[in-house]
Amino acid sequence: MPFPGVEVPHLCTQCKDYPCVASCPVDALSVDKVTTAVIVDKEKCISCSKCIRACPGNVPFLHPGDNKATICNLCNGDPECVKVCTEAGYNALTLTQEGTNVNKRLFSRPPIEVAKDLAVFFFGEKGKEVI
Amino acid sequence: MPGGYAGKLLDVDLSKGKVKDITFDAETLEAYFGGRGLATKILWDRLGKRWAEIDALSSENLFLALTGPMTAIYPGARIMCSGKSPLSNGVVGSTASTEFASEIKMAGYDGVIVSGKAPEPSYILVTEDSSEIRSAKGIWGKTGEETIIALNREVTAELTKRKPAIGLWKEPGIIYSGPAGDSMVKNAAVMTKLVHACGYGGYGAVMGSKNLKAIVAKGRGKLPAVSAPEATKLLWKRTHEILISQTRMRRWGTGYAGYATGYETSSEPVRNWQEEWHDEKGIGGPHFETRYWVKKKWADFNCTTNCMKVSCIKSGRFKGDITDMPDYELEAYCGTNLGIFDAEGAVHISAVIDNLGHSGINGPNTMAFAAELYQRGILVEKDFGFKPVWGDAEAMEKLAWLIAKREKVGDTLAEGTYRAAIKIAKMKGKKPEELLKYAVHVKGVEIGAHGTRSDADYTHDASYAASVQGGDHTSTITDGYSEMSGAVFTDSAVFCNFCFFSVPQPLVFDYAKAVTGFPITQDSWRKVTGPRIVTLQKVLLLLGGPDKTWEPIKDDDNPPRYYEPLPNGPYKGKFTDKAKVDDKVQKYFETLGWDTRGIPTKETLKRLSLTDCEPAMKKLREG
Repeated sequence: MPFPGVEVPHLCTQCKDYPCVASCPVDALSVDKVTTAVIVDKEKCISCSKCIRACPGNVPFLHPGDNKATICNLCNGDPECVKVCTEAGYNALTLTQEGTNVNKRLFSRPPIEVAKDLAVFFFGEKGKEVI
Repeated sequence: MPGGYAGKLLDVDLSKGKVKDITFDAETLEAYFGGRGLATKILWDRLGKRWAEIDALSSENLFLALTGPMTAIYPGARIMCSGKSPLSNGVVGSTASTEFASEIKMAGYDGVIVSGKAPEPSYILVTEDSSEIRSAKGIWGKTGEETIIALNREVTAELTKRKPAIGLWKEPGIIYSGPAGDSMVKNAAVMTKLVHACGYGGYGAVMGSKNLKAIVAKGRGKLPAVSAPEATKLLWKRTHEILISQTRMRRWGTGYAGYATGYETSSEPVRNWQEEWHDEKGIGGPHFETRYWVKKKWADFNCTTNCMKVSCIKSGRFKGDITDMPDYELEAYCGTNLGIFDAEGAVHISAVIDNLGHSGINGPNTMAFAAELYQRGILVEKDFGFKPVWGDAEAMEKLAWLIAKREKVGDTLAEGTYRAAIKIAKMKGKKPEELLKYAVHVKGVEIGAHGTRSDADYTHDASYAASVQGGDHTSTITDGYSEMSGAVFTDSAVFCNFCFFSVPQPLVFDYAKAVTGFPITQDSWRKVTGPRIVTLQKVLLLLGGPDKTWEPIKDDDNPPRYYEPLPNGPYKGKFTDKAKVDDKVQKYFETLGWDTRGIPTKETLKRLSLTDCEPAMKKLREG
């Protein structure tokens, strides 16, 4: 963060082709049929980090607690993050339904790219120097 | 181990290049809590015997960066920096909001104690696996922006090398000193997140004197367990509900006050406190909000108050300047006090000050002092190399650089307002009193931007005069904002003041009880723990030395400027009444159990279990 305020939420956007699921050597990742979220089977996960490298946005990470892959599971369709964001009055996060909103395609970009755009948006030309 | 504490502190000896973990027993933690309290205790234990001989900028001094039990658990995580202050020669607890506080706790440490002096520029990297001293040769003397970018790159690369598998690293928490700290400008700040500073006390200079550029922390562990998790959860929810409803703070931060404090309460410094009233609407919240704030809600880890906003100037002569808000203090000190009444100029000076690692209050105070000496013809153009006239933002920028680089008269001004006044008086063949009447400081620490003359602000007659923190505007001795409860508590539990005032105090103390498990109440804090910390701070302040020891009672006074009548505005002609100040100072001493000269009595020291201070205080009482 070379500039103040350019912090970007680091979330899974559920790609159409799910490269993370395809990369998993032990089939620990699966796709939830209802919410389309990626579900991690912590029992099967061997912490090989292949899904992290396969993800175009570098979104998954190994959890500090159990050292297993962690990907947003959308809280079974009722995300807690959206609830607290609304409660706090920021309204920065909104819940959209698959197929009914164009937002998903518009905003599903890697977080680093989003951060770069945000820096330019906030700070103009100076923001281009962002790492 | 009581709840809320990670349980160990990192003890770094820079001279020997060694790091080790140390622990404190539960009794010490209960008696001093953490943050400012624990720092004072550590300094008393390690340096107390030779306090008067130790130069604050020598390798013997300690630099402490501590958290408290409530840091990152209560909203508004902060880090507290301390040591022997090069300004007051006592102990000043100075805090700043930063993720460094939560990162270091998640790395399993309550703080860092730095002693000795590194043979070459270094920084300390703290993680849960190992902590080490690393070379900072490439970034020594660099500005804030360059330091952050370089350290972020280097540390992220190092962490990725250590653990390649875990994915993208979130940036580490960093506290660092800017160019001002590196060249030991006595009132330089410890900086963090580019725009936040532990300003009072001059601990940037202490870092610089130790060849320490930065401390970087990255933790991937859990926050320490609390004593009563269910109760904490409930209280956390309640506190958040209260803080979320503070709409003024959330919308404007303290930025709204730039106009109101000047126009309505007439307590905003203008041209080095020559006036305290102005009617310029441009330097206030709504104007900043519409013109310069590019991010209107910005907060640190776990903070609901959310008072920070990010400013950026996108066009014109100051294009590319980035700063936080500026908040009220910087609107005043980087704006009106330098005679700058346009918002753009204030943002520019704030950005320069932040980048250079000056304290946003203390640095510009010295700058304004220099500008007044120029106004009065005591300092001339030859001393500066340019004309520091009121309101000229470009000239003021040059002056900030001059001090940070210690060039020309900047070398003298880098000693802080009080010491610079005495040195310049000697240089120009004048009596010290002639210049000290323009120096706005209490015990060497420059005063925050809330005047006492109009008596309409929260600061009153003796607010600064008897404070052990000198001119610290966050820790004054007015009732309700009292030295014995509020500020000492937030600095010792280490969380943000702005997450404290709107929450009922009994609730906060219940919170403290739920987190630590200590039987702490508001009453016990007001009567025992708070006074214990303040009394120990007072003892060290009285011992002082070696270049200046403040005299009891004589130096417990406002600067001469506060006794001059206000020249304009609704409170024209009002001034702080000396008799009232003396009276309130005496009452304050009485409340704390100090004698009429402000020296803690034997009974008080015994009651607060500070009996090991008695020999030194006895000498003072008799001498």
